[in-house]
Amino acid sequence: MPSYMWKEKREKKAFLALADGTIFHGVGFGAEQDTVGEVVFNTGMSGYQEILTDPSYAGQFVTLTAPEIGNYGCNADDVESRALFLNGLIIHELNLPSNFRSEWSLDEYLKQNGKSGIFGVDTRALTLLLRDRGSQKAYLHVSKEPVDEKEAVRRAQEWEGLDGRDYASKVTCQARYEFNAEGRFHVAAYDFGIKLNILRELAAADCRVTVFPAKTPAEEILADNPDGVFLSNGPADPSAVTYALENIRKLLGKKPLMGICLGHQLLGIACGATCGRLKFGHHGCNHPVRNLLTGAVEITSQNHNYALQKLPDCLEMTHLNLNDNTVEGIRHKSLPAFSVQYHPEAAPGPHDSQQLFDEFRKLMEK
Amino acid sequence: MADTIGTWPLIIRPGFTLGGTGGGIARNKEEFQTIVTRGLDASLNTEVLIEESLLGWKEFEMEVMCDRKGNAVIVCSIENVDPMGVHTGDSITIAPIQTLTDREYQAMRDDSLKVMKAIGVETGGSNVQWAVNPETGRRIIIEMNPRVSRSSALASKATGFPIAKIAALLAVGYTLDELRNDITGSTPSCFEPSLDYIVTKVPRFTFEKFPKADSTLGTQMKSVGEAMAIGRNLKQSFQKALRSLETGRAGFGADGKDEKYESASDEVLAEEIARPSAERIFYVRAAFRRGWNVDRVYELSGIDRYFLRHFEELACFEDEIRSAGTLENLKKDHSLFRQIKEFGYSDRQIAFLLGCTEKDVSRARRETGLIPVFGSVDTCAGEFEARTPYYYSCYADHGEPRRDSAGKKSIMILGGGPNRIGQGIEFDYCCCHAAFALRKAGYEVVMVNSNPETVSTDYDTSDKLYFEPLTLEDVMHVYEREGCSGVIVQFGGQTPLNLAQKLKDAGANVIGTSPDDIDLAEDRDYFKQLSAKIGILQPENGIAHNPEEAMEVCRRIGYPVLVRPSFVLGGRGMVIVHHEENLREFVEQAEAIAPGKPILIDRFLQNAVELDVDCISDGHRTVIGAILEHVEPAGIHSGDSASITPPMTLSQEIQEKVREYARAFAKELHVCGLMNMQLAVKDGQIYMIEVNPRASRTVPFVSKAIGVPLAGLASLCQTGKTLDELGFTEEVKIPYVAVKEAVFPFVKFPGVDVVLSPEMKSTGEVMSLDRDYGLAYLKSQIAAGNRLPSSGNVFISIKDEDKPKVVPLARRLEKLGYHLYATRGTSTLLYDNGIKTNAIFRISRGRPNLLDLIRDKEVQWIVNTTEQGEEAMVDEVQIRSKAIIAGIPLTTTLEGLVAAIEGLTDKMDFGRFEVCSLQEYHRHIHTALKR
Repeated sequence: MPSYMWKEKREKKAFLALADGTIFHGVGFGAEQDTVGEVVFNTGMSGYQEILTDPSYAGQFVTLTAPEIGNYGCNADDVESRALFLNGLIIHELNLPSNFRSEWSLDEYLKQNGKSGIFGVDTRALTLLLRDRGSQKAYLHVSKEPVDEKEAVRRAQEWEGLDGRDYASKVTCQARYEFNAEGRFHVAAYDFGIKLNILRELAAADCRVTVFPAKTPAEEILADNPDGVFLSNGPADPSAVTYALENIRKLLGKKPLMGICLGHQLLGIACGATCGRLKFGHHGCNHPVRNLLTGAVEITSQNHNYALQKLPDCLEMTHLNLNDNTVEGIRHKSLPAFSVQYHPEAAPGPHDSQQLFDEFRKLMEK
Repeated sequence: MADTIGTWPLIIRPGFTLGGTGGGIARNKEEFQTIVTRGLDASLNTEVLIEESLLGWKEFEMEVMCDRKGNAVIVCSIENVDPMGVHTGDSITIAPIQTLTDREYQAMRDDSLKVMKAIGVETGGSNVQWAVNPETGRRIIIEMNPRVSRSSALASKATGFPIAKIAALLAVGYTLDELRNDITGSTPSCFEPSLDYIVTKVPRFTFEKFPKADSTLGTQMKSVGEAMAIGRNLKQSFQKALRSLETGRAGFGADGKDEKYESASDEVLAEEIARPSAERIFYVRAAFRRGWNVDRVYELSGIDRYFLRHFEELACFEDEIRSAGTLENLKKDHSLFRQIKEFGYSDRQIAFLLGCTEKDVSRARRETGLIPVFGSVDTCAGEFEARTPYYYSCYADHGEPRRDSAGKKSIMILGGGPNRIGQGIEFDYCCCHAAFALRKAGYEVVMVNSNPETVSTDYDTSDKLYFEPLTLEDVMHVYEREGCSGVIVQFGGQTPLNLAQKLKDAGANVIGTSPDDIDLAEDRDYFKQLSAKIGILQPENGIAHNPEEAMEVCRRIGYPVLVRPSFVLGGRGMVIVHHEENLREFVEQAEAIAPGKPILIDRFLQNAVELDVDCISDGHRTVIGAILEHVEPAGIHSGDSASITPPMTLSQEIQEKVREYARAFAKELHVCGLMNMQLAVKDGQIYMIEVNPRASRTVPFVSKAIGVPLAGLASLCQTGKTLDELGFTEEVKIPYVAVKEAVFPFVKFPGVDVVLSPEMKSTGEVMSLDRDYGLAYLKSQIAAGNRLPSSGNVFISIKDEDKPKVVPLARRLEKLGYHLYATRGTSTLLYDNGIKTNAIFRISRGRPNLLDLIRDKEVQWIVNTTEQGEEAMVDEVQIRSKAIIAGIPLTTTLEGLVAAIEGLTDKMDFGRFEVCSLQEYHRHIHTALKR
């Protein structure tokens, strides 16, 4: 008879302490280390490995609303970056893998990568709390070192949070590198926490990509004379990535620009848009977005806590979130630059918006 | 073609059939021949699809929705527990998909959308089915249906996305982004529902009705209904689904009903795990109890290890529950108690494992404060607030707060659970109408049901919808949470009725006819006295507990007799016995069906006319809905007989007497709501057969025939309104004829005898209206798929006692221009009376016989009557089975033939059918009904 840990499941020795004082009990798995971070929820029903390896989740705990997790295990292919960047995973039920591609169980995968998780949590209760009160700072206790719940709450409260913090420089690559040696177009990609599938999509759009660290000066990019510059997704607060704003302003008009997620926010701010925090962000794979140019609706993959709000005259809104009418895409009225808040590269999520990479190619053709 | 593909087994699917009729899996050339021939016959376009067998592959389904602008969404993804080889309708299925990575899921999603585009689906819902090789991931499309399908209903209920409703709006030109999501009220319909719960669907079978049918599941669908359950995790959802099925199981075993599976030898166990069947899941449990591991069960069954691990854990967890030793100990261990409930165990299972009663467990659980919370089906996994209250129970920290009733009184309506033979959507119709009427009258309606195929489980039928198993435990939690002022048990068929007394004992206020009176009507002695008091005859009857007693009873009352087990539904196990030598066998069968229960024996009234009466009472006044006369004589289950209203052959005097009896019974049984009576008329005498103080199967038919929503009115009576106040004080006289005809599933069960008997076998019905009896009957035959030809060859084979009556009928057929074929005996009889026929051999005697005629498509209509209740002759079983498979109209009673001839004659006279809307018919009736 396999070991079912029924007793451990009942004892629920691990817990997640929210800054508002709420405690969620569960069972620890993965690495046995306590961490502090911001809790968000993701409503996607598949794709936990992509979420784990998405650098945009740096500094965050991700709560998965899908109840049975781990079902298909983890493998070496479904990764979105070189490592796991999130702080921890919060789930309802943990399963052993059953899938022909699986190489490791979710538990093994987290252990190997030094990340902690907690299961047995009433994830719906946590999700509704986050929906009603907004994203929360939290302390995850899974280690064997005893921590008082009150102390954990205090640590959560004392944590500096993500607002005003530059996390892009924490997750970006150390030095420039090439992705896809062959390609008709040469794209310089700023890595603020870039997902691999963006690079794969650019490659599929016949691009040779050079990936640059987040703080690379615009002059260095221009010296390379790429056909276009890509602004990647990334974690935390765009307003803290001031160096990028300067670089974008220098590149605007000189090279076609395309941005996704954080890159989109940065492009907007650089052009004069305001940016604010959403109550609990958009994290999931089912957000309807209308392309205002064609009228078509795409089901999109999303992962962001901040959003552009007021657009300057030089920008035009191209995409609209149909759930809450937030800005999902912009383009510059006179210069070759556009960006989207959502993730056309998906991974995880639907592939409805892949054609955006072709649009970037068309901009570079001109 | 089989040679080209080059491997066995091969799957054969006939084109243009529903539920895979006539298809199958061929493992060798002989099987291939048989199935292909059957498939070609069943297919409307004489086409079969032959394909590589994907036996053992994983099966998935995607429900897609698209609009004219090209927007498309996946409403729901479904994973089958049973691997490929079992029809999706017969598989246990789970939503959403569980074992695919996002990459694999998205690739399937992309391809599903591509398929929609390629097929050219402009708007609406479609489903696309996929098979995935579990070892390599190779994915193959199995089929797509560019229409709403059986799984659309499931997908709608599983996600809160109303596929058919949205599809209708898309068809008239709306686009997905223009339509609101009713559940959230704030977001558009152009989105993909996200589920934070697990949905399990389990099919409901009725193999007990067709003992000769092969219970092995294959590509041809055999289930008649399904139950769906929602849970916060897979185990909860799965166990809830199994107890929703109402097959007597309290969940995944652990209820004292596993003897058969647990005592099976290793060989049998292995065989039964490898053979897909309705019971396989319980053999799987038995294997895990025996210590077999997941891999071993996987190798045998092909069920994905992900599911098997959950099943194994449940099977092993029983020991953990037992380890508590006593209920007292369990009560002290709150975390274990809670864990048990989180795993979906019912109080009944806990009671079995700890050797106490369900009541004890329930009390102990409540004393420790352990009650379920309710989650909401909100389409968005909690991201937005849900406006529509659509709930499921679970054991978790957080529950949705109870929504305020806004000062309204809450009334709970219990649905009928999964569709089955004898309890189908007729009862759901009643539940819905009760809900409509009560809501209109200002009540808050709380609906509880587990059947995804119904209107009662639409989120907009009631004020609050609870998708729950219809068990005492689950229903009472809802009742208490909602603070209902009453619960109505009368409309959902036998399911809620069986709960009535228990609900009352648990403190619920059962409104309408009281549970005590409901029980009284079932009490044979009381019923006997009551009939005597009212002055109505009953067929002579008696009760027996063994074959000897039965023989004595029969000698006293005389043959033929009607023998049946007590406490069963839909005439289960009921037979007519003509001779003493057959009696013992049938009594033993009856004992096996309801062990320990008495056997009921009635004198069988041969050639009597049977009647159904539906009426409504407010406790004082009783008004007749309608008197229905059966076309088939007594001895054929009322649910299987064609019925006609107004009655064709009954005198006004008899009808008036019937009305008096109805009023008298309603009064004596203190009926408040609906009541149904079944009577027989023989030689001018009226006999009482049974009374049911509840909604009957015929209520929807009667309501539509007379244009009065009987169930709605009944629900208002139960809340205290009088029929006077409602304006329904007089029976409605209709100046037209309404016919109800039954629809049978025989074609799905090759080899099963098609003869009608006291045991109900139909799975559906049709209704037709016309000004004329014959035409109305003929329309009903067309509607039921028994399209009688207006010319051609008719084969007649008649049982001896019918022979005197057949001569004038044959003459009329001849006059209508048909050519007659008959076997030697009938042929000689007709020849002697001057009617020309082609004589052919009996099947066992030589050729050419009827089978040749069928094969050569030489015969267009078969009339074949046989002794009722007797083991049918081999010849006749063959005749009827072949006719059904060949799609040749079949008439199995002389009464049916009479009605058909009337219709055909009238049709020839009138030259056409009358085509009017139901509303046009209703314009001719007069009631004081306040609408």
